Amino acid sequence: MQKNSPVINEKVAFETLEMRGITKRFPGVLANDNVNFDLRAGEVHALLGENGAGKSTLMKILYGMYHPDAGEILINGKTVRINSPTSAIQQGIGMIHQHFMLVPTLTVAENVALGLPSSRKPLTDLDRVSERIISLADKYHLSIDPSAYIWQLSVGQQQRVEIIKALYRGAAILLLDEPTAVLTPQEVNELFAIMRQMQSDGYGLVFISHKLHEVISISERVTVLRDGRNVGTRLTCDVTQNTLAKWMVGREIEFIKSTDKPQVGEVRLALEDVSCRSDRGVEGLRGVNLTVHSGEIVGLAGVSGNGQLELAEALTGLRPITKGRILIEGEDVTGKKPAEITEKGLSYIPEERMKDGMIRDFSISENLVLREHHKMPFSKHGFLQMSYINDHADRLIEQYRVKTPSRKTLAKSLSGGNIQKVLLARELSREPRAIVAAQPTRGLDIGASEYVHEQLLMERKKGTAILLISEDLDEILALADRIAVIYEGKIMDILPRETATKEDIGLLMAGVHPGETIRNEKCD
Amino acid sequence: MISDLLSATVIIGIISSGIRLTTPYLFASIGEMFGQRSGVLNLGVEGQMLLGSFVAFYVTLKTSNLWLGLLAAMGVGALMGLAMAFVTVNLHATQGISGIGFYLFGMGMSNLLFQKLVGTVEGVRGFQKISVPLLGKIPVIGEIFFNHNALVYLAFLLVPVAWFVLNKTTLGLKIRAVGENPEAADSLGVSVAGIRYLTVIMGGVFSGIAGASLSVALLNVFQQNMTAGQGFIAVALVYFGSWKPFGILGGALLFSMVNALQLWIQVLGIPIPAELAVMMPYILTLLVLTLSVSKGRGPSALTKVFEREG
Repeated sequence: MQKNSPVINEKVAFETLEMRGITKRFPGVLANDNVNFDLRAGEVHALLGENGAGKSTLMKILYGMYHPDAGEILINGKTVRINSPTSAIQQGIGMIHQHFMLVPTLTVAENVALGLPSSRKPLTDLDRVSERIISLADKYHLSIDPSAYIWQLSVGQQQRVEIIKALYRGAAILLLDEPTAVLTPQEVNELFAIMRQMQSDGYGLVFISHKLHEVISISERVTVLRDGRNVGTRLTCDVTQNTLAKWMVGREIEFIKSTDKPQVGEVRLALEDVSCRSDRGVEGLRGVNLTVHSGEIVGLAGVSGNGQLELAEALTGLRPITKGRILIEGEDVTGKKPAEITEKGLSYIPEERMKDGMIRDFSISENLVLREHHKMPFSKHGFLQMSYINDHADRLIEQYRVKTPSRKTLAKSLSGGNIQKVLLARELSREPRAIVAAQPTRGLDIGASEYVHEQLLMERKKGTAILLISEDLDEILALADRIAVIYEGKIMDILPRETATKEDIGLLMAGVHPGETIRNEKCD
Repeated sequence: MISDLLSATVIIGIISSGIRLTTPYLFASIGEMFGQRSGVLNLGVEGQMLLGSFVAFYVTLKTSNLWLGLLAAMGVGALMGLAMAFVTVNLHATQGISGIGFYLFGMGMSNLLFQKLVGTVEGVRGFQKISVPLLGKIPVIGEIFFNHNALVYLAFLLVPVAWFVLNKTTLGLKIRAVGENPEAADSLGVSVAGIRYLTVIMGGVFSGIAGASLSVALLNVFQQNMTAGQGFIAVALVYFGSWKPFGILGGALLFSMVNALQLWIQVLGIPIPAELAVMMPYILTLLVLTLSVSKGRGPSALTKVFEREG
């Protein structure tokens, strides 16, 4: 590299990548079992599988974050050793992590420059880095301000910074780990456009996902992993959604949908002009009106951070409100304590199930009585009645099909799906009048999600009022009878399921009313 | 009596000694700041200062070479920093607890060495005042700012240098990144352990100098536990200054000025109980820390162990 020229890596020459017989063991788990995987320049190769199928492990091996116990990696036909992210970067591999690897208190340019040699050593050369960022951003229509701080950017913009970081380092192979999980439908479309352009420029892209329709719409080839094994690699055009689902789960899957008409009864939950503050002290909810009737599921759609958490916490009494009223079955519960609200028959499945829903170091049986432990028959005169508690635990473990060695197992050693089952067991077994379920299937695999959905639909049939807060539009469209969209603490609109389209919801999620004309500068 | 405080000589005296007293705090706090910005809270500063203080004193006593004494203090500080880094970065020990361990070690060790090697109170000829040419001759200003020993000047010079290193160099960028999001830094090939070793050792070196500034520049003697909590104050000043060099400077100046004021109160015999006067700077620290701590946000990864999975 010449002196004084900005340190920019040209795109690494790349034809083919091959991973052969990759095996990776973690204590007690075989995460990758003799997996073969390959990638060519100019293609999007989707890697599909449930949580824990080994997708991320395989890609982290490719990116040098994990060291495989067996197997080899070939780039352009030559064996390479990748034992750290640095050596992966040198081989032209870039990774867009599911949890962004960005430093929020630094600017875009500083994040890009981090770890690279500077042309003005030992000083930073942020001006040059910024110039190069702008030229890369222009090429792929990424529109990013290099001097902006990461914490100021939306999730979608942060993802673009990650892409620029990889391109800046000369990546020719891009590993995208569930890149759509955090995006609005519009942002997903924009990401796909960027991916297509990179593809036509000869980049090789690995797209990790468990969303079938995305995989089918973007990829040329698809590889399905299940329990750490490669179930098959096919041209995407040759497979159907159902085949892929079957491969992923290992059995036939029904896509659950509530098709029957809701038996709507009286109003059970009502928010009247409710406002409250967020944790940062700014307005979290701004005059929200919302009702949920008996026997109905109302879906609350929105990009995370638009007031969903505040709404759930205001309803459950965990967050004080600054304006308005909250009613449960017509009774004003504004300002009541969470315990009193629980007594009214409201159950809560919190978004952070491990943090807010359970105590990690308590056993399953203890977690199951967290809400009711002070009442008969679980306690008498202040003494816990262990035999009742244990019977109760055994019964629920069986009824809710919790996979666990025993009721004494600590919550923290359960898998995500089983944690959610314990939480559902606790919250549903008390025969609630209404339920607030926040992101109830986030991070769960198809099987566990299916189970949660079944349970919620059963509650609906029993006449429970359910508020389903979710970022997953497919989930909302499958379950909700009415769909409310929240944006910056306001309900944008409430749509009946029959007429709601994904496009409309997506626009509302981005703060735009369908029908409004939006102009895009790029199209001028 | 109180009016004695308002005479020109006394005010000049208070400000001048306030500036002098800032020296150990600046060295120790700036060093500690680098460690904390990279995610390591070192509560062992006090111990590092005590040992640095003794070693500087002893080497100077034996060789009559001040710079050699200072160098020895830096070396001892570096070794203690190295040990702290090893324990917290490699062995994943809890930072707060291991820091207290190093404090107790430094205190005990300096006492032991003092008793075995020196035993009685002895003085050394420490760093002498240097009057800056021309500037030192300006009335009032010269006396307040430009008539100090070399370490005072170095301490104040350290503030802009630290700011520059932190904000304008690639090393500073790495330090800030490692303290905020070590996973991100690691994924870009920055050695998290390497950076933390560097900052913690650097912190040790500066704590060593801070200790030396007491025993061979300000007081020119060594006594058991002579730092009397200054190392802990230095840690508090990092929070006080919101992890920024100039913020630390402000805090150190404020604290030292109040300290100088209470010393002069005692010197002038103003009838305030001495115990109460001595408490003043500490009460002030508590007050200001309570009021300022809510707005300051420390490095996200402070005190968190970094471990790469897999």
